[in-house]
Amino acid sequence: MTAADPMAPIPAQVRKLDRENQDTFTLHVAAPGATLPPFQPGQFDMLYVYATGELPISVSGDPEAPFSLSYTVRSVGKATNKLVTSSIGDWIGVRGPFGVGWPLEKAKGSDVLLIAGGIGLAPLRPALYHMFRYRPEYGRIILAYGARSPGDMIYRHELARWKKEPRTQVLSTVDYGGLHWRGNVGVVTTLLTRLRLDPPHTIALICGPEIMMRFAAVELEKRGIARERIYVSMERNMKCAVGHCGHCQFGPYFVCRDGPVFPYTQIEPWINRHEI
Amino acid sequence: MVTQTLEAVLRNHPFLADLSSEHIQTLISCASNQRFEKGNLVAREGTEADFFYLLRTGTVALQIHRPESGGITLNTLGEGDVLGWSWLVPPHRWHFDARAIEPVRAIALDGRCLRNKCEQDHELGYQLLKHFATLIEERLEATRLQLLDVYGVPAR
Repeated sequence: MTAADPMAPIPAQVRKLDRENQDTFTLHVAAPGATLPPFQPGQFDMLYVYATGELPISVSGDPEAPFSLSYTVRSVGKATNKLVTSSIGDWIGVRGPFGVGWPLEKAKGSDVLLIAGGIGLAPLRPALYHMFRYRPEYGRIILAYGARSPGDMIYRHELARWKKEPRTQVLSTVDYGGLHWRGNVGVVTTLLTRLRLDPPHTIALICGPEIMMRFAAVELEKRGIARERIYVSMERNMKCAVGHCGHCQFGPYFVCRDGPVFPYTQIEPWINRHEI
Repeated sequence: MVTQTLEAVLRNHPFLADLSSEHIQTLISCASNQRFEKGNLVAREGTEADFFYLLRTGTVALQIHRPESGGITLNTLGEGDVLGWSWLVPPHRWHFDARAIEPVRAIALDGRCLRNKCEQDHELGYQLLKHFATLIEERLEATRLQLLDVYGVPAR
């Protein structure tokens, strides 16, 4: 995992596995004898599941936690299933970090509205850790989080803890609440009507299914937030992670190299094109 | 606690923010303050929809009653939201239950009173219909998104 050879994975060992919900786990890995390079919130690594395949996974842990990296993975196929069923001590390959992260320097002095859907909260968690660590540098922090059902929510203990942070508002909602849920029901965009925003001084960071992000961006514009202040994290089929193979091409961009975080103005001309 | 006049509350509610002063005054003549304690029914399915509510604080759950299990929440509404458009559409009956799941403060607007005012002042009627059409469009869009199950695993 050196800048000189971004294609060479370094071996890392699974040290801990946290179950987030029925199909999503957070892996904590360390690389014995090697130095794990620092990452910027929003960047991703390529995780090599030996003999199975390689996957782009956003780093979901604390960017300043030394000696370990965390990844929140949902089991949706062969390689992800193998990752989430890892045992402590299993080895994987890690290369990265890659891509462009969240604009946390630009967000300094502004209110920051984070809109997360489902496992899309994972790439935003490092940004939250960063902003809580450097709290005076940021205005209000507002997290609007939507999940499919109460059982599908991730980082439940942390959501409760973040609510207690100063100048922080955490709202959550589910699409289907079932019989015993007493919280909000409705898509995540419905939470936005309840927020008192200061549009000229707010930066919005969105991560979730692409449909949700499109609707969220439209809703934010209705609430007066300029497109220039909206950032989204895109997901495409990333293979090489360095902009060579072309698998993740998105209009004139490669998501692995030019993203995954894009200013909305940059990708808005392409995001509604069915051919892309 | 800071108390606001009805006029100030109506003028500051996001749903009515761009209504003219004249129309706000007309609305005031049909408006009253309401409070609902946690667990109280704000509206019951099938009953006459005499009011709609501008929510100021608290949360209301829109529910449908299932005999074997009680109320299932379809949607929740909170500060800044509007509860109810059945007052506008015949036969003026609630289609769902609405229950306060937190203490709620709201402005109740008398639907019968407003319908009469709209018959007398078509400009007011047009403005209100525009606002409600937008609200209905937003709710329809949200419901479609909810039905899409965007967080499910995509079919391969």
